[in-house]
Order: sequence, then C-alpha cells, then structure tokens
Amino acid sequence: MSGASPSPEFSLELIALLPRLRRYARALAPDRFAADDLVQDTLERAWTRHRQWRPGTDLRAWLFAIMHNRRVDIARGDRIGAATVDADPPELAGPPPGPIDGLDLQRAYDRLTAEHREVLLLVGVEQLGYEEAAQALGVPVGTVMSRLSRARARLRDELDTHNPRRPDADDNAPRLTRIK
Amino acid sequence: MNETHPPLGEADLHAWIDGRLAAEDAARVQQALEADPALAALAQDYRRQNEALRERLEAELDEPVPARLVEIARGLDRARPGSSAPASANRHWFAQAAALLAAVAVGIGIGWLARDGAPDEPVAGQALTLPLVRAAAVAHAAYVPEVRHPVEVGAAEQTHLVTWLSKRLGTTLQVPNLESDGFRLVGGRLLPDARDGVAAQFMFESANGQRLTLFLRRDDDGTDTAFRFAEQGKVGTFYWLDRGFGYALSGELPRETMLAIATSVYRQFNP
Repeated sequence: MSGASPSPEFSLELIALLPRLRRYARALAPDRFAADDLVQDTLERAWTRHRQWRPGTDLRAWLFAIMHNRRVDIARGDRIGAATVDADPPELAGPPPGPIDGLDLQRAYDRLTAEHREVLLLVGVEQLGYEEAAQALGVPVGTVMSRLSRARARLRDELDTHNPRRPDADDNAPRLTRIK
Repeated sequence: MNETHPPLGEADLHAWIDGRLAAEDAARVQQALEADPALAALAQDYRRQNEALRERLEAELDEPVPARLVEIARGLDRARPGSSAPASANRHWFAQAAALLAAVAVGIGIGWLARDGAPDEPVAGQALTLPLVRAAAVAHAAYVPEVRHPVEVGAAEQTHLVTWLSKRLGTTLQVPNLESDGFRLVGGRLLPDARDGVAAQFMFESANGQRLTLFLRRDDDGTDTAFRFAEQGKVGTFYWLDRGFGYALSGELPRETMLAIATSVYRQFNP
C-alpha cells in the first residue's frame, strides 16, 4: 500500500463520532445487533476509503453516506427493510394536548419506516442541511423535502393515535400546497 | 388561507421549522402562519415534535460504545496479520493518538479503555494482548459495576446472544447454566482481544446482586491446563485452558465458592 499514512485526526474523529454513528444505525437497522454490525461495516469501509475523505469537510455526513449505502446494499441482498413505500400522509389534525412524553415519542418513532426515521434523524436531530442530507441519502433535495414532510406527518399521526384527539381537529385542518 | 398571501408550500413550512429560510422567506412564512391559526398550530406542533425527538435521542449518545467498535475506529484491527494496512503505519499515529484519546474517552463513555492500558502495560498497539487472567479481570472490572448497560445482549435474547457470539468467535458456544449455584444469566458481550481479535464475556447475577463473569477466547498454543487461581484486589479468578479455548471465571466470592462454580462450568463444557 502506498500514500500517506492515515492521519491521527481521522481516527480520533471516528471515535468521537461513534455514538452518532450508532444512533443513525439504529434508525436504519431492524435491531441493535444489526445496528452495531452496520457501524462496524461503516468503520471498516471508512478506513478502506479514508483517502477519499477531504480533511476540512464534514466527516459526519461522509460517514452517514457510507452507512446509508451499506444499508441499501444489505436491504437489496437480504430484503431487510426493503420496499418501504411512502404512503400518503394522514389527514392533518390538531396537535395532541400537553407535552410530548419521551417514551410515547420513542415508540412512535420506532414504528416509522427506516426511511422516515433516517430523514428525521439527519435533518431534525443531527441538523444536517437539506443539501447535505440529500448527499448522504443519495437523492435530490426535493425528495428529502417530501420524505421529511411525510415522516413528520406520520410521526404526528403515530403520536395522535395514542393520545386523545381534539374533538374539532379535523375541521381545523390547514391547507398546504402538497409536495409530490 | 388569506388571499393576500401566496400559497405556502410544505417545503417552506419545513424549512421554517428547521430554521433554514433566509430572513425574507422566514418573514413571509411567519405572516402566513399569523393569518392561519390552524397552520400555525401545525407548525408549532412539528417544531415541538422535532425538539422532543432531538431531546429523546440525545440520550442514545451517552450509551457506552462497545469496545470492539472503538478498536475498529482506532484502526488497530488493521494491524493484525492478514490485514491490508501496514502495522507500522498504525503504530506511527497511534502513539500520537493515544495521548489525545483519553481526552475524548471520557466524553463518550469509554473511560475504562484508557484504564486497561495502565499501569504495567505499555501504551502501544499491543496494549490489549493480555494474558488470559488479566484480560478477564480487566473485562470483569469494566462491566460488573455497570448499572444500565452491564451487557450488550440480555438473557431474554439468549438464543440470539449465543448465535451471535458463536459466529464472532468461530465456534459453537453454549452458556453454562449456573442456576443451581444461585446465579442467573444477565447476558453477554463481545470484547476486543488482541490474541484472537475477539473474546466473549457472559455475566451472571445472584439474587442479592452479586455478579460473576465468565470470559472466554480462543487460546490454543498450550495444552489443556488444570484450574489456576489468581487474585487482583478483591476479584478472584479461576482460569483454565480446555481444547483450544481459554476460560476465566471472575467474581468477588470466597475462593471455595468460586471453585465450586468453576467446576460446574467446566463440567458443563465437558459433559
């Protein structure tokens, strides 16, 4: 093997990002074992390709892209998490009253498709820009936006299902120009 | 929606929620929201949902990272024979990285890894090549005090645990049943081990919370041995080699009790 040896910063940044990689993997994988295996695959690929990463750019987004692609490959291979179809968002309803309970939220999030969890995680939690998220997911920005929209609506609906609806909710449904 | 405002798209709404709009566009969305209470409620709802999700998932970042993932992130596994990376390159930067590692270790809950290099082991790529009894004692000390995450895989998923660890160790494992000795399985985890890459640890617990660990790894350069006993602080370890594997049972129990349980383990692996 030729070329420069891997930089110490690369290894340290990988270690520092491990908790975030595991969290993203859990959004993608069917269970925690598969999630950690996915992290392991991602790290191994990151080392193999570390020269493709340009220091100074966001290593996190680069790693997320590797992990996303790995998960797509796995899904193709053995159909785990494959064929997630974006259903139409549910009818918009009023907000559930009171604060959102953390456990309810976790359960609602866990019930979403991997595709919805990952867009919520990248944009909402990791706060990647739409362009960065689009690169990590390998899709156009418009697709990120429509997935985000459906994911948020679905999460809200999942939360609603387990919370009392406001009686007049459906009458107050706001009208929006829907993204295709 | 008010006629005087252009129609608000969902993309605008989400960009507003995510704080990704230019000031001018944000003001336009703000106006539209003020004119439409139902839409404003929806936007607030999404925003609240987003904040709650961020808060909820923040907790996942505090979980201890399995040591094997840290090893791979460090690139140390690439120094093993058969790996494509030159070991010298790894050592070259590892010496620099090790000094900085302690600083980040605390922040991501792997503080114990920094401990296992000290005090009599040199900090180097070989730091984790420990004799069986020491490797077992280090792993025991690392995980027995854990309250929230003593194991990677709990006893409820025993089948999965055994299959998984068997695959990783390249053998067909079984978990000894220590219930007649008053210990039930808590679960197990995979550990990095420079000798053969990985080792497994099973944890058992008594009704009063006393914990035992059984550490095992491939260890086939010697013949089978009798039980040996070592003590490190309060932790006693019985260890032995048996048909290509090293076993070490560690706990803070009287030596006779430990011996009885070690015998029970040995018999179950040699029916």
